Amino acid sequence: MKKIFSLLTLAAIMAAGVSLTGCSNSGSSSDVIKIGVFEPLTGANGAGGADEHDGIKLANKLFPTVLGKKVQLVVVDNKSDKVEAANAATVLAQKEKVNAVIGSWGSSLSMSGGPIFAEAKIPAVAVSATNPNVTKGNDYYFRVCFLDPFQGVVGATYAAKTLNAKKVAIIREVSNDYSVGLAKFFADEFVKLTGDQKSIVATADYNTGDQDFTAQLTNIKQFEPDVIFAPGNYTESALIIKQARALGMKAQFIGGDTWDVTSFLEVGGAAVEGAVFSTFFANDVPINKTSEAFLKSFREEYKKEPAAVSALGYDAYLVILEAIKRTNSAEPQKIRDALTQTKDFEGSAGSITINAERNADKAAVFKTVKDGKFVFLTTVKP
Amino acid sequence: MDLQTFLQQFVNALSLGSLYALIAIGYTMVYGILRLINFAHGDVFMIGGYLAFYGISTFVIPWWLAVALAIALTTLFGVGLERAAYRPLRDSPRISIMISAIGASFLIENLAIVLFDARPKAFPVSDFFAANYVFSGVYVAGISLIIPLVTIVLLAVLLWIVHRTKTGMAMRAVSTDIDAARLMAIDVDRIISITFAIGSALAAIGGIMWALKYPRLEPLMGIMPGLKCFIAAVVGGIGSIAGAVLGGLLLGFIELMTIAFLPELTGYKDAFAFVLLIVVLLVKPTGLLGKNQGEKV
Repeated sequence: MKKIFSLLTLAAIMAAGVSLTGCSNSGSSSDVIKIGVFEPLTGANGAGGADEHDGIKLANKLFPTVLGKKVQLVVVDNKSDKVEAANAATVLAQKEKVNAVIGSWGSSLSMSGGPIFAEAKIPAVAVSATNPNVTKGNDYYFRVCFLDPFQGVVGATYAAKTLNAKKVAIIREVSNDYSVGLAKFFADEFVKLTGDQKSIVATADYNTGDQDFTAQLTNIKQFEPDVIFAPGNYTESALIIKQARALGMKAQFIGGDTWDVTSFLEVGGAAVEGAVFSTFFANDVPINKTSEAFLKSFREEYKKEPAAVSALGYDAYLVILEAIKRTNSAEPQKIRDALTQTKDFEGSAGSITINAERNADKAAVFKTVKDGKFVFLTTVKP
Repeated sequence: MDLQTFLQQFVNALSLGSLYALIAIGYTMVYGILRLINFAHGDVFMIGGYLAFYGISTFVIPWWLAVALAIALTTLFGVGLERAAYRPLRDSPRISIMISAIGASFLIENLAIVLFDARPKAFPVSDFFAANYVFSGVYVAGISLIIPLVTIVLLAVLLWIVHRTKTGMAMRAVSTDIDAARLMAIDVDRIISITFAIGSALAAIGGIMWALKYPRLEPLMGIMPGLKCFIAAVVGGIGSIAGAVLGGLLLGFIELMTIAFLPELTGYKDAFAFVLLIVVLLVKPTGLLGKNQGEKV
């Protein structure tokens, strides 16, 4: 026991030493502008984070300088974990002293880093975090995507009007703020549209990283829903749909923007055919010059089709660069003030105007899965 | 809940429980002989899944050959792990070996992130395993029929090896007293290597079965199953092979029946597994089928 204790003490001293030397090394030089990339590169959200990172890297490659200075990306991995996300945010804010931050994929992770960026007075631009609480009450958090109240409304409208659904079951990723929030906005709107309090026939929960959903699905099956709304992480969602089909369930699945990742197709295979979800961007129809340029260089660079969040990551980088240009300074506080003035900025995923709540008002796109590919269905304007 | 739904839940739980049982056997095997909790077991499990994946989708060899190769390579990997991380510490205090095991586990996980990429990979499932059967309204996935069969066969084979062969006798001798076994001219290092080989082969089979049931591979996929199957092994009585099967089934049933009967507590289903561990350890520290062996880690 004594031995363990002395080992632990030793470890603690060493850890403290490392962090001290870490601090002393960090003198920020003024000839580079550092933009922190705050993304989950490993763990359950690894693919989503990597897709956003792809878009950011591409933007950095095409536009490597601003005000005559080099823009350096400082990438930290928040490991799809709320605690790790806080650690990663602290590294960016205190050790690296970045000028601005992009990220994170996942509202929970963004919210975990939010207070740390706000305290350090560093502006952060969320790429695809759609939960209202990411920017609410945090003067330093912005976003370039739409919000869940809007996404929930368009999803419910699609279910009620287009699909004519009467009974809906909901499956939530209960440890994920995005999923729980979106499920609530969807449910409220659907009840309003159908005028039937009992139109949400069942709600089931699961945890991030779960693999077996047969028990939840068997519970839901008894209610014979027309539609199952399952906002949540793409791989879990793909497994849910797969297991639902294996249990003989034929209900239409609807999801949110998190499904717009190729891993969803790979894991889901034939089972996810016909699944419908709302998202940010459709790569089969370029909407403006920026998206045309983005699509072309992305396909050249990575030899694959971009995910919607790659386009948004690209846009987030450009929005920050534009703010730096406008304010003619790389000081975090000035970038923050300039970001609030962003108006009609032509991003690859549509025009971006940052409103008083530091959010972007944007249209949603519906996609479905057909022959193993994402196919554009329709656009819904706010 | 009507009868059909209940039967469906029963089948779901049986299918998950037997998968837990399959992985728990490997844990208990190594512990039973060496008194070592191999924390890297879940990571060996992950390696097994990935090797089979690369065999099938990158090298496009028939699935049965890929599975056989993956099991063989994972076995070698496990033996190598024992050589590198555990054998040099054979005469050190037990706590050092345990720390080495935890270190090995982190090393393998992070190496896998670098080598295999953190993005989840879709495991290719052949039609043979993807088939579904319906028995009067109850849906049974093909793989859910195969897993219990594999578990039963492995259980029988292991019991036979441990109790009916000369190597098994040597294993039991090593498990009772390493020094005395050495005096009886038993090659202790060889027996330990064989034990690790068997444990790793079991982990590989578990990993491949897991990937067939939940066709998503990621470098950290072994952590949660590893933890749960460790619990299953402890609850069943760690060191007891039949106990591991019992513990695995119990865990699967508790997890799924929690969701089936108390859906509002779904978020706590993993907590139930850990509560079960604590209760069993308080009431019966040796586990359900464990023998009282005096000294424990």
